[in-house]
Amino acid sequence: MKYFAKKCVALIITLFLISVATFLLFQVVPGDPVLLIVGTEDVSPERVEQIREQFGLNDGLVTRYFNFVKGIFSGDLGTSYVYRSPVAELIKDKLLVTLMLALISVIIIVLVAFPLGIMWARVTNKYIEAACNVFTQISMSIPSFFIGILVIYIFSIILNVFVAGRYVSYDEDLLGFISYLIFPAIAISLPKIAMVARFLRNAMLDEMNKDYVRTAYSKGCSKNRVMYLHVLRNALIPVLTFMGVIVAEAVAGSIVVEQVFGVPGIGRLLISSISNRDYPVVQILILYMAAAVIIIYFILDVVYRIVDPRIRRNQ
Amino acid sequence: MKKTVSLLLIVLGLTTALYGCKGGKKNSELNSNAGPQYGGSIVVGVQNDIDSLDPHLATSAGTKEILFNIYEGLVKSDENGNLIPAVASDYKVSSDGKVYTFTLRDGIKFHNGNAVTVEDVKYSLERCCGLLDGVVLNSSLKTIESVKIVDQKTVEVTLKSANSEMICYFTSAIIPKDVDTAKTPVGTGPFKFESYSPQEKVVLVKNDNYWISELPYLDTVTFRIVSNSDSAVMFLKSGGIDMFSYLTDDQVLELQDSHQILTGMSDTVQALFINNAVEPYNDVRVRQAISYAIDTKAIVEYVSGGKGTAIGAPMTPALERYYADYSNAYSLDVAKAKSLLAEAGYPNGFTMKLTYPTNYQFHIDTATIIADQLKAANITVELVPVEWATWLSDVYTGRQYETTVCAVTANLAPSYLVARFESTSSKNFVNYNSATFDAAFKLANNTTDDNVKIEQYKKIQQIISEDAASTFIQVAPLNVALSKNYAGYKFYPIYVQDMSTVYKVN
Repeated sequence: MKYFAKKCVALIITLFLISVATFLLFQVVPGDPVLLIVGTEDVSPERVEQIREQFGLNDGLVTRYFNFVKGIFSGDLGTSYVYRSPVAELIKDKLLVTLMLALISVIIIVLVAFPLGIMWARVTNKYIEAACNVFTQISMSIPSFFIGILVIYIFSIILNVFVAGRYVSYDEDLLGFISYLIFPAIAISLPKIAMVARFLRNAMLDEMNKDYVRTAYSKGCSKNRVMYLHVLRNALIPVLTFMGVIVAEAVAGSIVVEQVFGVPGIGRLLISSISNRDYPVVQILILYMAAAVIIIYFILDVVYRIVDPRIRRNQ
Repeated sequence: MKKTVSLLLIVLGLTTALYGCKGGKKNSELNSNAGPQYGGSIVVGVQNDIDSLDPHLATSAGTKEILFNIYEGLVKSDENGNLIPAVASDYKVSSDGKVYTFTLRDGIKFHNGNAVTVEDVKYSLERCCGLLDGVVLNSSLKTIESVKIVDQKTVEVTLKSANSEMICYFTSAIIPKDVDTAKTPVGTGPFKFESYSPQEKVVLVKNDNYWISELPYLDTVTFRIVSNSDSAVMFLKSGGIDMFSYLTDDQVLELQDSHQILTGMSDTVQALFINNAVEPYNDVRVRQAISYAIDTKAIVEYVSGGKGTAIGAPMTPALERYYADYSNAYSLDVAKAKSLLAEAGYPNGFTMKLTYPTNYQFHIDTATIIADQLKAANITVELVPVEWATWLSDVYTGRQYETTVCAVTANLAPSYLVARFESTSSKNFVNYNSATFDAAFKLANNTTDDNVKIEQYKKIQQIISEDAASTFIQVAPLNVALSKNYAGYKFYPIYVQDMSTVYKVN
């Protein structure tokens, strides 16, 4: 309980510092949101002034920050400059898409990376080892943009498994929504699968050389029992940390993959909001991402305790 | 494992080979269309999300191209840039050019079923020109002095001063006075608004009561936002989208077998804009030297695959009557450029800063070529890439730059393109200042005599060309990829996507 309270305080302080930092950062970044809306079009100065007034851009720095914080506490996350609609409403939809994409990606990663890593640690055939090496090495080094294009090329253009670009919203067709997201999820998970599998294999190989493994064998345990009950369990701890990083990354939205597949998630909204200097949206998105990372690490701490009795006992 | 990998490779190789064959076959199967037919839907990829559904508040070109299908003005443009009556069935201009009388089209209705009334017309015009609340939404309409309802069919608009090009701006949308169009877009156009999801798509459906009874052909038009143009190419190939415009030359080459590639003239005039107010560019000889040293034809060839139209002054050939060809005024002549520079006091050349926005590959390529070409005349170019937001605030608004590559848009009114060179214009980001230009422009803009107008616009182009106010490069080509299942696409001299004439073929 004390631990939980401590984490909550840390969360609030971090979010506060991040909000100040992003707020100040945008004061330094060149570019004016109103100019971006007006562009090179012929818009009268009165209209520009009216927009400026509506956005509250004529207020001082401190007033604006104060209004922003006050808004958050009263449940008003602000209004997007570009969409002229409440940020909360705008983000809600996109967040669902990103979270769904993250969930599918993580499922794919776990389903593929763990068996692959375990198999890789167990095999002694040097060709299979080499194949695993090449596969993981390649999928880790290809930029995600290219993986996205490759996935579209193979699954959509060659194999015709899905129609790239025909994203369907979840409220129109839930099944269609999920089946479209599988492909960007593949693009997101490919390099991660490689990393997790490699990580798990190395951790397992490390453990396999330890004394307790020898003891277990001499006690008469079967190879499977040693592998799954002892080695895997001990190797899991560093891998879990790594999974935490992956989940945090996925939940924050993959900017590149969302762009390539035309998925209207948070990553895409963030990038367009930054280039449009739509500060209210960027602020909230960054706060969300920070909060998500902190919360995921908190959950990870809890999971450690379940997996590793030593941590439980030390407290 | 090994087996699986090699199997996968074989399958990959086979399917790629098969795919290649498929592309070749399609071509010969074309030309089996049986004229326009009704029904069907299309998905059009667009690069930018829309900025407002309210036609009077929308400013970005990408939004206007979509809204063109929903809203109409008293008059609207046809594909040749001629104005045809739309919400009005007829109009008259008084002999002094100050009073415009519009007659409302019989039986015309908004998408919500309500008849368009003269009150709606009055409201729409007054809202745009600032008579409603003092805020001008459309600067071009601010010369309107009053809007008077004569009877239930007739509206009389009086201008503060005569302006013979004013009719071009009555394309401004007519909207119902009692509806918030930002939330429920209601117009008189060929398509009705159905739904909008930010960052995803805008869906339009057929307006069954459109005043041109044979249009539109399609039942549904979806504008899908595809922010990445490489993805757009993949989406076209996979059938996720059926149409996409503003393709680069490379993309055209990639799609030319699988799709119809239509090429027209865009409304954007690309130039190396030069800040006329800073050293050394305040010297006309330096500007002329730059123009002589840049080979615009080579740029057109390289960045537009030869499909752009080389120009020498801020006027598009699309406005045929006013256009004068100055594209050869500064044909490549490095010796002349060097001697002009020597005369101006730069026998050893100088270093030029070239700022360009990084969001358009087109401009990035052009800037790189210019940097290379200017080397021959001893001008060392320092390329300064900036983000679009920075470009807008520092270059366009702040005018803190030496030279920049970008494009400005044209409009049906010939004054639209040249107005920014008037010394007092707020859009004059090149800081051009010429009394002869100002006088000629004023005359051109105010005269009601068409011959005088044409003569003055041609003179204006000559003045700007002689002063080398900037180095005008080209009117960019507009490459559109359209699925072979559709036909009927029309190019406009303005930036719109008219989906009403597009139809499905079998």
